Amino acid sequence: MVSSTSLEPVIELRGVEKHYQMGDTLVKALRGVDLRIYPGDYISILGPSGCGKSTMLNILGCLDQPSVGQYFLDGIDVSKLSDDNLSQVRGKKLGFIFQSYNLIQQLTVVENIEVPLYYQGLSEKESREIAVDLACRVGLSKRLDHKPTELSGGQQQRVAIARALSNDPAVILADEATGNLDSKSGGDILEIFDQLNADGKTLILITHDEGMSKRTSRTIRLKDGEIAFDSRREEVTA
Amino acid sequence: MSVPVLIRELSFFRLKRSVLLGLKSLWLHKLRSLLTAMGIVFGVCSVIAMLAIGEGASHEAQQQIKELGSQNVILRSVKPTNKTTAGEQERSLILEYGITYRDISQIQATVPGVLVTIPARELKDFIWNEALSIDGSTRGTVPWFPDMRNRKVQRGRFFTQIEMDTRAPICVLSRSLARHLFPLSEPIGDTVRIQSSYFRVIGVIQDDPAVANSSEEKGATGATDQGAAMEMLIPITTLEDHFGEVLFKYRSGSFEAEKVELHEATVRIDTPDRVMPAAEAIRHILERNHKDVDYTMVVPLDLLRRAERTKQIFNIVLGSIAAISLVVGGIGIMNIMLATVTERTREIGIRRALGAKKKDIVMQFLIETVMLSGAGGLLGVALGLLIPIIITHFAQMETIIQLWAPILAFSISVMTGVLFGIYPAFRAAGMNPVEALRHE
Ligand SMILES: Nc1ncnc2c1ncn2[C@@H]1O[C@H](COP(=O)(O)OP(=O)(O)OP(=O)(O)O)[C@@H](O)[C@H]1O
Ligand SMILES: [Mg+2]
Repeated sequence: MVSSTSLEPVIELRGVEKHYQMGDTLVKALRGVDLRIYPGDYISILGPSGCGKSTMLNILGCLDQPSVGQYFLDGIDVSKLSDDNLSQVRGKKLGFIFQSYNLIQQLTVVENIEVPLYYQGLSEKESREIAVDLACRVGLSKRLDHKPTELSGGQQQRVAIARALSNDPAVILADEATGNLDSKSGGDILEIFDQLNADGKTLILITHDEGMSKRTSRTIRLKDGEIAFDSRREEVTA
Repeated sequence: MSVPVLIRELSFFRLKRSVLLGLKSLWLHKLRSLLTAMGIVFGVCSVIAMLAIGEGASHEAQQQIKELGSQNVILRSVKPTNKTTAGEQERSLILEYGITYRDISQIQATVPGVLVTIPARELKDFIWNEALSIDGSTRGTVPWFPDMRNRKVQRGRFFTQIEMDTRAPICVLSRSLARHLFPLSEPIGDTVRIQSSYFRVIGVIQDDPAVANSSEEKGATGATDQGAAMEMLIPITTLEDHFGEVLFKYRSGSFEAEKVELHEATVRIDTPDRVMPAAEAIRHILERNHKDVDYTMVVPLDLLRRAERTKQIFNIVLGSIAAISLVVGGIGIMNIMLATVTERTREIGIRRALGAKKKDIVMQFLIETVMLSGAGGLLGVALGLLIPIIITHFAQMETIIQLWAPILAFSISVMTGVLFGIYPAFRAAGMNPVEALRHE
């Protein structure tokens, strides 16, 4: 709930567009998005299917480059980085949580949490300490050496959260994080998100769930690749 | 992104974890990994086994040739085949052929590099010890025969120059002959008889290696072969004294008479590089002196070189088979790795999202492929070392495993992994992270 305009934005999009060439037609998935996200923001991005939420998340997550416009992450112009540097940025500054958990099946809980640390070049001992600690924090202290297939959906998503936290990212991005879960385990996950934000983490949640806008401190609504509503801007302009 | 860059990126720590990761992925599909590596296993295994067998066979052949003496040129008299027409009218006369003392003295006098010659005459007749007898050959030769022909006197001694000069009635028996004629008693000091002449046994000499080996190969087939190892050596002068210039032989009712001055002569050349020119010169002398080809010439060094050449050809053939089998194995591995990459598209997407660079992905898949081929190589080496041992044990064939063979085969299997792993690895790394993450 800590949001203050006096802070430098952690994320800034300037006139970002994303185009896809589909045969002869040019699909504009994003058409000129300007957005500032500040440290400690707790944001839900809402919108109907096909409005460009996932596209926006891919760009925010440095998985994809904007066709037009600029993207500053922690002051760096990410839209000009090489592929290797983009990987570096993802590994250092971003944490991902996916709808379908996206755990690596042949690795155990702890090993999955260690993956981002491995690519950051941490030693085995260091990363093991961090991973075990995080697994305990998300309530999986008894499941450290289990494989993902031996866990429930809610447990798997908690592993994914621990993994997203392992490199202490500047921003956590979640795409339909509770989409595959029943309301009980979904609720547990959201509680963890609340707690993370309370601890000062910046979270961006993409969701279909209208109820989410009440939970988060800021709501952004997308429509046809444009920002139709931003609760912060409304506040500012209001 | 090039391979040297990748290698620079590889710290030991990363390598260890990548190897563990690779092991895990391979272990997840144990049967598939095993089957994939099979091509390499059989390739490597057959290369090592075939090399060991080939090396063993050629070693055996070379050993036999070396035992004849690589600095020797061996001349033997043979009954000329084309003399039958000319010999028609002298049917009842004495058959005269072969190497003569004149040949030898000419060789000795004119061919450069000739150290010594060892003349030898041979008489094929029954050798007796009381009631025991065998159809063997009695060879008249000179005291330096054992040295020149690399044959060891196993017991007793060989005869001396004095004994040759005095034409002493003494003899040295080959081991087989001694065993045959004296199965229970000590031969040395005893006597043997040929026709009506008696000879005192003074020593036992190793069997002629060429004869011993050929009879071994043919196994129990020939009693005739066995006869060839039945050899008795006496001074050449003694042979002349007792049996004269013309050798009579009675055999199954008919009799043959041959006049052969020398049955065999060994010419020792001083240095190996003069052997071939000397052999050529000797050939010229013999061609001039003999109208009929009633002699053969054996040049062990020439045989040795030919054996080496044969071995080289053998090695080239083996090398090609090895290369083909490893390429086949490599293609098998590449095929499976491509399937694996597709199957693990999602994992690749996840890793890329979590900070893996392209080269991390390349390394991961490359290490996995190399481990697969390397494990195949190790298994192949193990089998390849085992097979020659089994062959030696059960088929009594000599096999030789040279140290470089398994090392080379293993390194090539690893290189196959690198070569055929590069394409799948780069394909994995080239995937778009967004699409990879969306992959079902
Ligand atoms: N790779 C692509 N190639 C072509 N068009 C694409 C591609 N990805 C997305 N689009 C198009 O861009 C638009 C936005 O897609 P996006 O996936 O961002 O929607 P979304 O808001 O995430 O929808 P949902 O809520 O169903 O997940 C859609 O019209 C889609 O067809
Ligand atoms: Mg979507």
